[in-house]
Amino acid sequence: MKPTTIGIGRREMLLGAAGVGAATVLTACTGNSKKSTPPATTAAAVGNANSAPGKTVTIGFSAPAADHGWIAAIANNASAEAKKFSDVKLEAVQPTNDIAAQIAAVETLINKKADVIVMLPNDGKQLTTVARKAMNAGIQVINLDRIFDSPLAYRTWIGGDNYGMGVSAGDYVGTELKRKGVSNPVIAEVAGIDSLPLTQQRSQGFRDSLAKYGFRVGPRQAAQFTVASGQQVTANLLQSAPRIDAMWNHDDDQGVGVLAAIRQAGRSEFFMVGGAGSANAMREIKADKGVLKATVLYPPTMASSAIQLARLLAQGHGMSDLTQPEVPAFITLYSATVTKENVDQYLPLGFES
Amino acid sequence: MSDQVTPPPVAEQARVEADAAATAAAPRITLLTRVSEVRNLGLVGVLAILGIIGAITADTFWTRSNLLTILQQASVIGVISVGMTFVIIGGGIDLSVGKVMALASVWSTTVATQSYGPVVMVLCALLVGMGAGLVNGLLIAYGQLVPFIATLAMLAAARGLAERISKKQTQLVTQDAINNLATTKPLGISLLVWIFAVVAVVGWIVLNRTTYGRRTFAIGGNLEAARLAGIHVRRHTASLYVLSGLCVGIAAIMITSLTTTGSSTHGDLYELDAIAAVIIGGTLLTGGRGTIAGSVLGVLVFTTISNLFILNNLQTETQNIAKGVIIVIAVLLQRRGRQTAT
Repeated sequence: MKPTTIGIGRREMLLGAAGVGAATVLTACTGNSKKSTPPATTAAAVGNANSAPGKTVTIGFSAPAADHGWIAAIANNASAEAKKFSDVKLEAVQPTNDIAAQIAAVETLINKKADVIVMLPNDGKQLTTVARKAMNAGIQVINLDRIFDSPLAYRTWIGGDNYGMGVSAGDYVGTELKRKGVSNPVIAEVAGIDSLPLTQQRSQGFRDSLAKYGFRVGPRQAAQFTVASGQQVTANLLQSAPRIDAMWNHDDDQGVGVLAAIRQAGRSEFFMVGGAGSANAMREIKADKGVLKATVLYPPTMASSAIQLARLLAQGHGMSDLTQPEVPAFITLYSATVTKENVDQYLPLGFES
Repeated sequence: MSDQVTPPPVAEQARVEADAAATAAAPRITLLTRVSEVRNLGLVGVLAILGIIGAITADTFWTRSNLLTILQQASVIGVISVGMTFVIIGGGIDLSVGKVMALASVWSTTVATQSYGPVVMVLCALLVGMGAGLVNGLLIAYGQLVPFIATLAMLAAARGLAERISKKQTQLVTQDAINNLATTKPLGISLLVWIFAVVAVVGWIVLNRTTYGRRTFAIGGNLEAARLAGIHVRRHTASLYVLSGLCVGIAAIMITSLTTTGSSTHGDLYELDAIAAVIIGGTLLTGGRGTIAGSVLGVLVFTTISNLFILNNLQTETQNIAKGVIIVIAVLLQRRGRQTAT
């Protein structure tokens, strides 16, 4: 590649200088301070009897370390929600992706005698024991999203609805196609990691929902929840069907790659529905320039609600719009469909991927 | 070559010198190309079979846009494989390519880097790739680390650094000049495919028509002979990893354009895909022999398989099984080809 006969001294000097220069350029390039994400503001039930400050409660909070936008939003939402209440003291432990470290963290929360612990476990199965330990110590546990093995391990579970996501996506696709009067539509699906139960539930919901309209899923491929896999799978999938009428992509993060592939192929004859509800996807929907017309939510604002529930539990209140004086034991969130019409309402709840 | 009956040390010396000379001489090169042609013929055969399967099972396979999609999907891993071919021919291995590519994509798409514009982004990706390659090269050539270990360590470190810089978030590219690389289509063919073609052709020329290429063969074929023949073995070995890093940097720009993002999740297991493509392309894992054309064909075989599976709406798990089977068959065929050719 290079001739090897040039004087070594000069060349090494040049190389050295180039190296120093390169290092300077590179270190200048690691800055990554994005404009800080405004934490999601929920339409908290401020104004009813329950929102009046009561006795001060300590809420312990433990979640995995943020390895993607959704988890980051969970932690942000929890701390933002706690700040809204003058009677809530949030004890958030160091987020970790290590099971043993999370167990240890929850144990310190037990020792500190938190009133309620809100926990998004790294793994529901493996954190069940320590959650039961907390319950036995008289600390009520709110289980966020990834469910524990035993109902004895939590007072209340709150989480998203994967099957419901599929249903919502199917409903949007079905309604739109009926409205347009498309018969025999080609409906494509880009799923997430196929071996995960959540992916299977999403796909099942999608299939069942489409069946109500007499439609079925055509080309279906699984990506890996990553942008690159979304691009790779979609680029090929688009070639398998010269005409597509609708597409559902399970995850807005891999959706960035899906949209890139669609743009690169110059395709625009179909509409697409996203999943999870990233701020980026919502901005695309709002701009209404590409194929992305809707996204079905798996909202990280569940963390905000979990903090509200924890406060109610600790203060001995129920949910004031319901008859029962206690907080329910099981709350599955609805997977709402965000479209151009209602995107402004949901945009503040979207998470940065 | 070694039919002398003189005492072992002298015989060894003579053999080594003859070997080194032969490696650098033209006749050996033509013999090599002849052997590798036989090998590549096998891969062309595999591609032809895949083409026939495609024609039967998927009516869109033989369309212009599908073939161009295959080429575009092959381009990123293809560029990496060209660099990998050099490293493996030189007797090494580079396991860090996938995650160094992720690191370069992340580093070149931070808010700070993007604020300097597309030229700096490209330079940044190339520098990160070559920098990581230089570290690999120095550790292996001067630090006497086994390539497998040194580049495995680099894989881990690069992944960690990429995750740290990006905070494990996907970094959207706002510079249209970068995003447009994948959508710009001179003569109807994606710019990424053109880049792949240029890298492959330049790689072929460097490997087969320059002293640098001949030295690479010599070092991979017989390190000691190469050293005795006066080649700066250490310096050359280090440079091979820088070359691989350069290819990885180019690939990082390509994947960034293709996905319109930089991410620490890019390039997962690309090292295995690249090594597999190089190996089924007829390059010896022990070094000393190999071709760029074979590696390119190897990449095309794998990409075509992926494409065929998706066109037929088959799931990806089965793809990996097919890939595994093809690697084994290709290597077995090669061994037969080599035996009949020599």
